[in-house]
Amino acid sequence: MDIQFVLYKLILCVVILLLSLMIAMYATLAERKVAGFFQDRLGPNRAGIFGLLQPVADGMKLFFKEEFMPANADKVLYILGPSLTMLVALLTSAVIPWGGTLNIGGTEFALQVADVNVGVLYVFAIVSIGVYGIMIGGWASNNKYALMGSVRAASQMISYELAMSMSIVTIVMTTGSLSLNEIVAQQHGMHWNVFTQPIGFVVFLICAFAECNRAPFDLPECDSELIGGYHTEYSSMKLGFYLFSEYINMFISSAMISSLFFGGYDFPFMNDLGLSHNMVTILGTAALFIKITFFGFLFMWVRWTLPRFRYDQLMRFGWKGLMPWAIVNMVLTGFLHLLFKK
Amino acid sequence: MLSLYLFYFLSTVALISALMVLLSKKPIHSVLYLTLTFFTLAGHYILLNAQFLAVVHIIVYAGAIMVLFLFTVMLLNLNLEGEFQKSTLMKFVATLTGGMLFLVLIGTLKSFDVGTLSEHPELTQIGLVKNLGKTLYSDYLLPFELSSILFLSAMVGAVMLGKKDKN
Repeated sequence: MDIQFVLYKLILCVVILLLSLMIAMYATLAERKVAGFFQDRLGPNRAGIFGLLQPVADGMKLFFKEEFMPANADKVLYILGPSLTMLVALLTSAVIPWGGTLNIGGTEFALQVADVNVGVLYVFAIVSIGVYGIMIGGWASNNKYALMGSVRAASQMISYELAMSMSIVTIVMTTGSLSLNEIVAQQHGMHWNVFTQPIGFVVFLICAFAECNRAPFDLPECDSELIGGYHTEYSSMKLGFYLFSEYINMFISSAMISSLFFGGYDFPFMNDLGLSHNMVTILGTAALFIKITFFGFLFMWVRWTLPRFRYDQLMRFGWKGLMPWAIVNMVLTGFLHLLFKK
Repeated sequence: MLSLYLFYFLSTVALISALMVLLSKKPIHSVLYLTLTFFTLAGHYILLNAQFLAVVHIIVYAGAIMVLFLFTVMLLNLNLEGEFQKSTLMKFVATLTGGMLFLVLIGTLKSFDVGTLSEHPELTQIGLVKNLGKTLYSDYLLPFELSSILFLSAMVGAVMLGKKDKN
């Protein structure tokens, strides 16, 4: 391993980390602006021009709030909960291909931290352990509402993970690879998976909403019946971590949806514009971020449009609505793949 | 050299957390220590260049089974200490049977040829998803399919047991 390679990966890690945090920070502002737009009001506009300093003000407020820990809380687990949630939320970005390759001084640098040959499964693993932070935090608070929230989170995650994995299995079947880089590379030239896998896309999108605990699936923190759900007892920056990791999860989910179904950094006429290799890569990354922004907006759009599910509806929808569709989609894809693509 | 240090680190954490599964007083802590043990085992798989196995290990054990364990423990609210106090006779019998099982395991392992480890375990390719898939679906197709039937019957059985009695 030469020093240049290590240094490059280190820089890339730091850039992606800072970028995720920055985007999550401004996603909170965007959410409130979008909410304002949907409810025909202005949204936050006091701090800075257009309210651009609002996330900073929010962060300051959270930092200076009193740290409160319930007397009978499990002290170690109470702190472990939000930390784990944050850690897991940041882990996924390692395998997402953020762009093509940059050619600097004759050496090719890939805009991806780790091209793991089981990238899709790695994402699954991270998603499946994402619920630990919520469960641990909810249990450690020693509060009935928090416990209800975390139990709900666990059953919801497990129910929706199945349909989610099945919708990705179809992509793995048609691509023949578990590497995210390979999956994105095969969609070059507008061969986006969404055109061949519309059912899989819809199932994946709905499951992504459920896995991010976003409305209409935000039952773990359902404030009308559970006060604040799993983070009822949290205050100060620990609460901030929980709220913040939701936005990071949204960002990563949007990136995953774009990479799996919308060609990642692929954009129309990518190779016909006669631009240099590095220029195409930069434009591709820009295209990926436009797609991510759109899906981020979709997350907010749905949140401020649809009412929350009831809990039994959520479970029924997951097992009896999405699962059959995912299975039918998988069988159909396998059948057609066998028939036509020999 | 780095992998050797990693091996020692992972093994130490694995052993300590496995011991803590037994020693911790609260069931929730035991479950979490067991999860940590699974993670260290996944780390060992990565050291042996079996990435697929490592990731699947995390998905199945840490991601699904242990979440259900945690779910059950939370739902039953088994957080009171000393809830599992058993009578002296119970403890005596448990120690005896556990010790006997341990003896049998040691006896089996003693006469068992463990085989020699290759010089460079990090260079083996069988743990990669492509090679593993080819081996499973060509050389071991029948056992693979049979075990999937076993899983299916277990699933159907669980559903049947969990179904509410309509009568």
